[in-house]
Amino acid sequence: MITGHQECAVPKEVYHKGPQVKEGMQYGEYVNNQASSAPTPLSSTSDDEEEEEEDEEAGIDSSSTTSSASPVPNSYDALEGGSYPDMLSSAASSPAPEPTPDPDPGPAPASTPVAPQPSKMAKPFGYGYPILQPGYQNATAPLNSGVQPSSTVYSGFQQYPQQYPGMNQLSSSLGGLSLQSSPQPESLRPINLTQERNILPVTPVLAPVPNLNLELKKLNCSPDSFRCTLTNIPQTQALLNKAKLPLGLLLHPFRDLTQLPVITSNTIVRCRSCRTYINPFVSFIDQRRWKCNLCYRVNDVPEEFMYNPLTRSYGEPHKRPEVQNSTVEFIASSDYMLRPPQPAVYLFVLDVSHNAVEAGYLTVLSQSLLENLDKLPGDSRTRIGFMTFDSTIHFYNLQEGLSQPQMLIVSDVDDVFLPTPDSLLVNLYESKELIKDLLNALPNMFTNTRETHSALGPALQAAFKLMSPTGGRVSVFQTQLPSLGAGLLQSREDPNQRSSTKVVQHLGPATDFYKKLALDCSGQQTAVDLFLLSSQYSDLASLACMSKYSAGCIYYYPSFHCAHNPSQAEKLQKDLKRYLTRKIGFEAVMRIRCTKGLSMHTFHGNFFVRSTDLLSLANINPDAGFAVQLSIEESLTDTSLVCFQTALLYTSSKGERRIRVHTLCLPVVSSLADVYAGVDVQAAICLLANMAVDRSVSSSLSDARDALVNAVVDSLSAYGSTISNLQHSALIAPSSLKLFPLYVLALLKQKAFRTGTSTRLDDRVYAMCQIKSQPLVHLMKMIHPNLYRIDRLTDEGAVHVNDRVVPQPPLQKLSAEKLTREGAFLMDCGSAFYIWIGKGCDNNFIEDVLGCPNFASIPQKMTYLPELDTLSSERARSFITWLRDGRPLSPILHVVKDESPAKTEFFQHLIEDRTEAAFSYYEFLLHVQQQICK
Amino acid sequence: MQIIAFDELKTDYKNPIDQCNTLNPLVLPEYLIHAFFCVMFLCAAEWLTLGLNMPLLAYHIWRYMSRPVMSGPGLYDPTTIMNADILAYCQKEGWCKLAFYLLAFFYYLYGGYNFEIEYPSVYLQMLFVYETDTE
Repeated sequence: MITGHQECAVPKEVYHKGPQVKEGMQYGEYVNNQASSAPTPLSSTSDDEEEEEEDEEAGIDSSSTTSSASPVPNSYDALEGGSYPDMLSSAASSPAPEPTPDPDPGPAPASTPVAPQPSKMAKPFGYGYPILQPGYQNATAPLNSGVQPSSTVYSGFQQYPQQYPGMNQLSSSLGGLSLQSSPQPESLRPINLTQERNILPVTPVLAPVPNLNLELKKLNCSPDSFRCTLTNIPQTQALLNKAKLPLGLLLHPFRDLTQLPVITSNTIVRCRSCRTYINPFVSFIDQRRWKCNLCYRVNDVPEEFMYNPLTRSYGEPHKRPEVQNSTVEFIASSDYMLRPPQPAVYLFVLDVSHNAVEAGYLTVLSQSLLENLDKLPGDSRTRIGFMTFDSTIHFYNLQEGLSQPQMLIVSDVDDVFLPTPDSLLVNLYESKELIKDLLNALPNMFTNTRETHSALGPALQAAFKLMSPTGGRVSVFQTQLPSLGAGLLQSREDPNQRSSTKVVQHLGPATDFYKKLALDCSGQQTAVDLFLLSSQYSDLASLACMSKYSAGCIYYYPSFHCAHNPSQAEKLQKDLKRYLTRKIGFEAVMRIRCTKGLSMHTFHGNFFVRSTDLLSLANINPDAGFAVQLSIEESLTDTSLVCFQTALLYTSSKGERRIRVHTLCLPVVSSLADVYAGVDVQAAICLLANMAVDRSVSSSLSDARDALVNAVVDSLSAYGSTISNLQHSALIAPSSLKLFPLYVLALLKQKAFRTGTSTRLDDRVYAMCQIKSQPLVHLMKMIHPNLYRIDRLTDEGAVHVNDRVVPQPPLQKLSAEKLTREGAFLMDCGSAFYIWIGKGCDNNFIEDVLGCPNFASIPQKMTYLPELDTLSSERARSFITWLRDGRPLSPILHVVKDESPAKTEFFQHLIEDRTEAAFSYYEFLLHVQQQICK
Repeated sequence: MQIIAFDELKTDYKNPIDQCNTLNPLVLPEYLIHAFFCVMFLCAAEWLTLGLNMPLLAYHIWRYMSRPVMSGPGLYDPTTIMNADILAYCQKEGWCKLAFYLLAFFYYLYGGYNFEIEYPSVYLQMLFVYETDTE
């Protein structure tokens, strides 16, 4: 067992547990002692949670009593003084606080300056025009009458009159049918889908703005962190059923924000019955009382709240930052703690079997860790540890004072124990030299290993034992199917079934070992993040459970090899950089509250649901998204607004307990037309995708696909029946839903749900995991990639980001008809970029941007753009960098030549086109229409 | 008993993990006792009673066959139990079964009174219903 390792630099001790070796016995006993004493610091899971609940409650009571007993405006000032300046400056710079004015991941940073304009324009145009139903003109016009010159900017509404020049005559002839007495909002403009060729707008689709009064609009939560599928909430469940649309929330609660009001105060003002945090949508009855907007209880305003530290004035509770911002963060007092805030603890569990060493990921990992060791979020208490495993488990003693790291091998994988529980997780700063030594030695330590087995299960059990006293983050790197000890898995994939159109099996876990382990970890505030770097089937469906239920995240690098697949290695390196340095919250819980009458139904994401509205998140990271399905339990007739509030209580890496609160306010409507007017089609698609994943695991993939198609059929036919005066042969959708069929078709062709095209099971499962855990912005790109033409980038409409000019080319629809042989196109699929170069592409462009003299000389595998000192190169690179910014997964760039075999990868994303196994967009519409007419 | 348990879950009193841990060991005994009764009825040639119990037996078998992947015995998975659909389903199932067992109990009692041949099974069933109802 040890012979293979003898040469390595690190000295080791070998521990055998069992009667044959004496030390082994000692350790065995030692472990037993440990086991009996371990539970004491933290009692059982349930007790903890119960305590927390009480603690939270106690927090309310005690805080309200303190406030009534001792009004302390002066001490308040003193308290706030330290941590307030950034708040002061931020509020001073923007007197009317935007919900969350921040450049954020994804396309939003630059679109913030531009974005408001189109959306603002939309309203006046929509309202201003007498509404005419395009279906009618098109019914008389030839089919392609809707084709527009591709150079013009389609903003839907402006082009309207040009597009239908015969409007007046037509409206007079068809007036009796189509003219409506009252102006209709733009989002309700009916569109005949089968005759609208260019359904995709050229500018990115923005979240619809809820129809609230101006004041509330300003205060409302940013759609980037909090979105609802219906921005007009139907009054009753019956109305919702009639609309046949999913109702739910899409959350991105821990998003990186550049501007966030942080509030330190003695009392965190909350409703006494439902414990909602005070928010901009409460009403002040008078100076001393406020009415909760979720349960309508009237609460007292505590004395402390009367003083406004921003203006330093007294008696203006409605001007406090809590009431002026819908996204705030509170520094929580000790009432919100179960135990002293934990330090940041990171444990790395690494596969070092032959397969793993062959793939060579250890070099990349060690390199990244060495580079980012100082940037790991944490304070002076930060602790770190390493474990490696093949058929045995290796621990590393990094205790300060040792001359070099000490390797301890435990060979008994059936009953894992920790050889020296104290010195395996060490303080990052005290043992930094040892850690660096280890990381430098690690890549070469196992080069001659012949061990092919992988004891992942036992290694995870050991990691759990190691982490359970503190909690923290475990990062697992795995390269093959676990083949030894608890949690071993068998290969379940039948390669011949990859492109089957009928049944896709094994989407669910094969064993509940990983799920149970995840639940145990979650109970001890430990999250497990999985990096799967495998070339063969590794049963991600089973392995993913360890992250799913412990609020971890999953990274998957198919066919990873350091030398053979350098782009994957580069991707891993970039992903690791983000992973290691991004913000992290520990021992978190998230509670979602909503106005009385609404209730939470099902949650989607990586977490463990602890009670009807409480999610337990061992770790929270800025790239985690969540979705919630809602149902309307009681009629909302007596209210005109509903509110949703998420409160995320977490321990920051600096050991502070914080609460981040987001509040969203939406209007309630009573008519079906208004419900359709407020559909947020992107949110609806993301929610449907989440539901479809659940359905394919619990029932079958074909069921999920049918459900997706039915979602379109039902909603469009429900809409069709509301407008009675239309001919039934046309497929009519309101403008707000015009992209719905397109997106559903895109989902059906997505890796997760496609059939007929060869898809590896792990790829499929990974796509499903992504759908469940990605926030909306990133998920939308996965579902419907963006296509841009980049060989003629201009500065027209460009935005400026950090002194760089970023061109904004128009979006192209995903169809081969848009690809011209003279052009070069960039496709942004979220996790990958493809640059497709046409055969007849201008040599100037190839030379200036790709650095090759002509088309023939472009290499087959090109994964970067050279830094050339030309204008077009600069433009292309700045555009790509801008697209890349803030992505959780760094996309790989593929340059695809028109004739290279890699182009199938690119062409499978052109979802509007027909493939052997799937409909084209037009065929899909006809199919939907047929279903409706049935 | 299960109804109470699910109600507890719904109203936030208990942790789903603990609740599933208490419920799961009880599922199999319940099914087995019911199956045992069916066998008894079969032996006693009580065809009508057996006929009445067959659907439930079939349901039990189906339910246990389609349970989530689990290593231990039982039906309930703490990660999905909080899903509103499943929780509502389990609650409804609990109520229906309680009603069925109660009716069955009185029916057996009546049957036993009339024919005086089923005493042992009546007592057993009584015991069982008592067991499922308490807690």
